[in-house]
Amino acid sequence: MAEKFDVIVVGAGPAGSAAAHTLAKAGLNVIMFERGEYPGSKNVMGGVIYRHQLQEIVPDFLESAPLERPIVQQNFWMMDEKSVFQMGYKGLEWAEAPHNNFTVLRAKFDQWFAGKAVEQGALLINETVVTEAIVEDGKVIGVRTDRPNGDVYADVVILADGVNSLLAKQLGFHKELKPSEVALAVMQVINLPAEKIEDRFNLEPNQGATIELFGDSTKGLLGTSFIYTNKESISIGVGTLLSGLMENRMKPYELLETLKQHPVVRKLIQGGEPKEYLAHLIPEGGYHSIPKLVDHGVMVVGDAAQLVNGIHREGSNLAMASGRMAAETVIMAKQVNDFSANILDAYRTNLMNSFVGQDLKKYKDAAHTLDRNPVYFKEYIPMMNRAASEMFTVDGVSKWDKQKKVMGMVQEKGTISTIRDLYRAWKVMK
Amino acid sequence: MSQPLKKVNVDDLQYLTRFVSDKESHLHIKDHNICKTKCEEKHCTVFCPAQVYKWEGERMFVGFEGCHECGSCRIGCPHDNIEWKYPKGGLGVVFRLA
Repeated sequence: MAEKFDVIVVGAGPAGSAAAHTLAKAGLNVIMFERGEYPGSKNVMGGVIYRHQLQEIVPDFLESAPLERPIVQQNFWMMDEKSVFQMGYKGLEWAEAPHNNFTVLRAKFDQWFAGKAVEQGALLINETVVTEAIVEDGKVIGVRTDRPNGDVYADVVILADGVNSLLAKQLGFHKELKPSEVALAVMQVINLPAEKIEDRFNLEPNQGATIELFGDSTKGLLGTSFIYTNKESISIGVGTLLSGLMENRMKPYELLETLKQHPVVRKLIQGGEPKEYLAHLIPEGGYHSIPKLVDHGVMVVGDAAQLVNGIHREGSNLAMASGRMAAETVIMAKQVNDFSANILDAYRTNLMNSFVGQDLKKYKDAAHTLDRNPVYFKEYIPMMNRAASEMFTVDGVSKWDKQKKVMGMVQEKGTISTIRDLYRAWKVMK
Repeated sequence: MSQPLKKVNVDDLQYLTRFVSDKESHLHIKDHNICKTKCEEKHCTVFCPAQVYKWEGERMFVGFEGCHECGSCRIGCPHDNIEWKYPKGGLGVVFRLA
């Protein structure tokens, strides 16, 4: 007779470890499967983890979590080929505890987070692929793994198996993802001495900065690039919709190389030593792509549930919050010893009422609209750069005449169509 | 269209990444004839971040050993012609940093 647990968690990323931690802390018998050599070995992220959702699970995380730098400065760069229009916010309140967010390296962070779940009593099994969910009488009752005699049973299986979530697909919770629903992100970690990073990014030791880059950094494709400061390295990457890469026959690593050599970027990473190259998919379908989240004996969390807010580059926090909420529902279900969809559905309700569901709903049409109207990335960002150049270049032309020239750019594009474009953008972002 | 993208040798990137290869592939072309006769674009040879797929004139070569397991090929193949599984537990790509 195979062993039975209260809960099986598939995947030891932020969502899975959040669930396992919460369950084990409440005294439930939890087993967590990780297909990699260690948690994090299959996971990729530019690197921003948010304090709030982590602290809800591990209140004293600051004492032991492998954090790179607390972020004090968040920049947004609207890029053209030889220029950039910059916006950003630097707040030294974020340099102080409790902080807002941090850069992390996932291979270290995920091991630490899974370790915290193990400390609470969860059993972590590495190097094990869950190949299918075992279904009996319409109920998920366990999982089959790629180990000999590898069937394991539980009252509830939590699928935290990441963006590809083959298990949710097997259960019919979602169809195959479409190329327009995923971003393919490639990134590099580039080593640089701490003082170089601090000089180039205007930081004190133990302060970090993020830059999100739009426009020329993805050659007008829908997506973003990023440059994040770690302790002694910089993470730089490009993520664009897979559909955009296909339509434009672009190689993702060439987009990244082009970004690295961009004249306004290259000095930031100059002299650095590339240490790792990584690729991963990001679920970008948003609200409309959320699959079925709950059925008898099973729940879906994190990237597997497509819980990513692409507009605000949030994902790991949505993952942790969803893992925690799924676990809290199981703890409640355990009290009444009923693990039917009806009871577990409280997870879906809680999730959709929380910031996770609300934020995804707020931006439900944003990515789709930007994808359908490439004008924003392809035309308005260059226009913004030309307008700034015009206004800031002192060449004897009066400011009134300069304003006229800038307005002329808009008229060239068509005043009505510009107003329509801006209204459409406002509508999907409001 | 703007300037062409900067070229880079994928092998120079791939050597930065650690792989523990299985003996057998976790990626399978379901029907090689479809690649040959039905798929002009061969998108997978372009977008795959590790250049796992290479068209060799007659047949699609699948260099699964360098796969990052991102899933793009399964989703992006217009003919749904790639059978995509995870490598066996502990095998495949091993990210050490991010």
